[in-house]
Amino acid sequence: MSDSKGRLPAISRRDLLRTAGAAGAAALVPDAVAAATEETPALLSPAAARKGQDGSAAPSETGPFVARALANLTARETEILSAMVDRLIPSDELGPGALDAGVLRFIDRVLSESGSNAADAYRSGLAALDTYSRYTRGGPFIDLSTVDQDSVLIDVQIGAATGAGVGFVGGSGSFFNMVKSHTWQGMFGDPEYGGNVNFVGWDLLDYPGVRLGVSPEDQRDLEADQLEPVRRSAYDYGIFE
Amino acid sequence: MTTQLRGTDVVIVGMGAAGGVAALPLAEAGLNVVGLEAGTWLDQRDFAPDEIRNNYRDWPMLVKKAEQERPTSRATSATRANQIGGHPMMNAVGGTTLHYWAQSWRLNPWDFRMVTETTQRYGASRIPRGSTVEDWPFEYDELEPYYDRVEREVGISGQAGNVRGRINSRGNRFEGPRERDFPMPPLRWTAFHDRMADAARSLGWNPFPGPAAVNSEAYQNRPGCGYHGFCNKGGCPINAKNATHITTIPRAVDTGNLTVVTRAHVTTLEVDTNGRVTGVNYVVGSNEYFQPARVVLLASYTYENVRMLLLSNSRAYPDGLSNNQGQVGRHYFSHHQGAGVSAFFPYDLNSWYGLPAQGVAVDDFADDNFDHADFDFIGGGNLWVMSDRRPISAASMGTYGQSRNWGSAWKRFIHEHSDRTHGSYIQKTTLPYEDNYLDLDPEVTDPLGLPVIRITGQFKDNERAIAGFMQDKMEDWYREAGAIEVNRGGLGNTMGASTHAYGGTRMGDNPETNVVDRWGFSHEAPNLGVLGASVMGTSGARNPTLTSQALSWRTAAHLVESWGDIAE
Repeated sequence: MSDSKGRLPAISRRDLLRTAGAAGAAALVPDAVAAATEETPALLSPAAARKGQDGSAAPSETGPFVARALANLTARETEILSAMVDRLIPSDELGPGALDAGVLRFIDRVLSESGSNAADAYRSGLAALDTYSRYTRGGPFIDLSTVDQDSVLIDVQIGAATGAGVGFVGGSGSFFNMVKSHTWQGMFGDPEYGGNVNFVGWDLLDYPGVRLGVSPEDQRDLEADQLEPVRRSAYDYGIFE
Repeated sequence: MTTQLRGTDVVIVGMGAAGGVAALPLAEAGLNVVGLEAGTWLDQRDFAPDEIRNNYRDWPMLVKKAEQERPTSRATSATRANQIGGHPMMNAVGGTTLHYWAQSWRLNPWDFRMVTETTQRYGASRIPRGSTVEDWPFEYDELEPYYDRVEREVGISGQAGNVRGRINSRGNRFEGPRERDFPMPPLRWTAFHDRMADAARSLGWNPFPGPAAVNSEAYQNRPGCGYHGFCNKGGCPINAKNATHITTIPRAVDTGNLTVVTRAHVTTLEVDTNGRVTGVNYVVGSNEYFQPARVVLLASYTYENVRMLLLSNSRAYPDGLSNNQGQVGRHYFSHHQGAGVSAFFPYDLNSWYGLPAQGVAVDDFADDNFDHADFDFIGGGNLWVMSDRRPISAASMGTYGQSRNWGSAWKRFIHEHSDRTHGSYIQKTTLPYEDNYLDLDPEVTDPLGLPVIRITGQFKDNERAIAGFMQDKMEDWYREAGAIEVNRGGLGNTMGASTHAYGGTRMGDNPETNVVDRWGFSHEAPNLGVLGASVMGTSGARNPTLTSQALSWRTAAHLVESWGDIAE
């Protein structure tokens, strides 16, 4: 069902709204709904299930989500990626994070579209991340404390995650930047692509939303901090459906 | 097996900013015109305000001819060129005008007479060593009627600063005299624009709203701008951006004299034994066609214009069409738009809505608008502050040392500051030099197996000196408006592929240093015209599109007037 605009064949947020109604759409937001409902897609019940009370990673078996692989990554790769993006944009007292926003689903779709090179870059990078964690912090990445996870990611970001057998192709920094770029797109891009679930990314930025027209009055309201945010996908406007 | 098509009067290769404008006067004059376009027709429904699609995936539904032919680049001939980065141009009816920023400037009169003016005011020694810059073969006054015509045909909004010598300080007091006002008033300003304009005035400068090919009010039965914020690399969903696919091209089609052929990938031009052009070879999918024509106008952007000529070898032109003097690819330069400056403010800018063409401009340091006696460069730059912000790019802002760029502390930073940064690219006078040029890459080819263009180009001392000077001015401006942090980019080195690429088929009276004559027709193949910034010999400090369009109209008008001489 890929259409003439080359959009994704996967189910869009708009389709879900149509078929499941508002309750079904709300179920996409793990924090908004008790994760117990049967409709909750397993992919989308992320951080809360994984995280222990003390902020350290809970055993992966307890999260329904990490037990299940994405279309392009194994279950093992998925849980490493999950732990990584959860540190890049954590769920915290300021609000939902990357996992809540559906960033994993976004990345999975990117990999489906981009072909084998992108998936290979993820596979080798995630394996290298895990190897580096074992060599330097004494355990797999998902079992490290958040403090150790962050320090590993800093090494990866600045290109310092090196050493015999670690195996970052083209330097750890390029892997980090690739994941970060996709995470940012999944957090702050249009929900059409599977991320930014319930507009949590736009809420974080106080982005006033997609409008087709902004009147002088709208601009003045924005400047007076009185413009109500619009929370619609571009593709919710009739002209683009 | 090549299909021989029925002949036509004129073939235009490329239905973009330049070819899409030239088609109109030709069709209106009754000439039969075939417009060959590698891309397709797009309409409002294709222009969703979607940052991922526009700014990160480069419009995936497009024909990717330009992307597959992106040039390689290197600083000097001593190194090997690399194919890095994307191609900035797009293939569609309307070309890059579909998603361009639409700033629509006239060049300053000085830009047409740079050598003479510099020599008279400062002495010949001030022309930078190694530069091949020449005066244009005509002056600003010659092009003014065509600027005027295109401003109306395409639809340009702006504030005049000089109408027939009468200066209006609300506009650009440094601009050349124009016959009359813009057809539309300028785009509106936000409170941040007002603040920046006040800051400029308090520095003693002359701020003004810049010109844009965007409707500020209803024009030609299309609405005024919606300021929705996705104009940067985005098409306009309400048809308020005056791309040629909704302005000049449909009007030319309506005459019944223009046929637009889409998905037509032109490969070479054919010539006869006398050196006259006979037509154009193109492919659509796996089908090959030859379109005979009495006149061919090449309008496919700077890199592709040069490439097409160099790929079209013949007995008459063994080193490429119209290249018997070795000038094709020479006098190349890309606008120095690097060396940007960014600023961090302690207040929200409310820049979520707006467009790059909605700006405060300062021209006090452009061209020769100030005395260069005590400086070590000629020319200058245009300062431009616009309203342009989208969520992903906002969340990717620099953190000015206040946090890592991810994690919980970053989340708090971005929550507070995502609307508090501003970046300026600064457009600077850029000169041609003898060792900056385009040729065919010896290794890299497109999917058809044809070599791509190789850029050998480097910004020299004059460009880098302007860059440093302009960064000082931009920092002064930001600080005056209350910026608490200012960052600067590097001064520039290698010229990569650019949307402001000039030269390669330069226009001039001397056939030993120029490919086309003062009308835009080849010095060697008399029924071959070239359209676009590849004919421009100087850049000025501002966007090239309107000048390219005015020149295209002028070349087309000349062809109509001189049809017998050129086509027979």
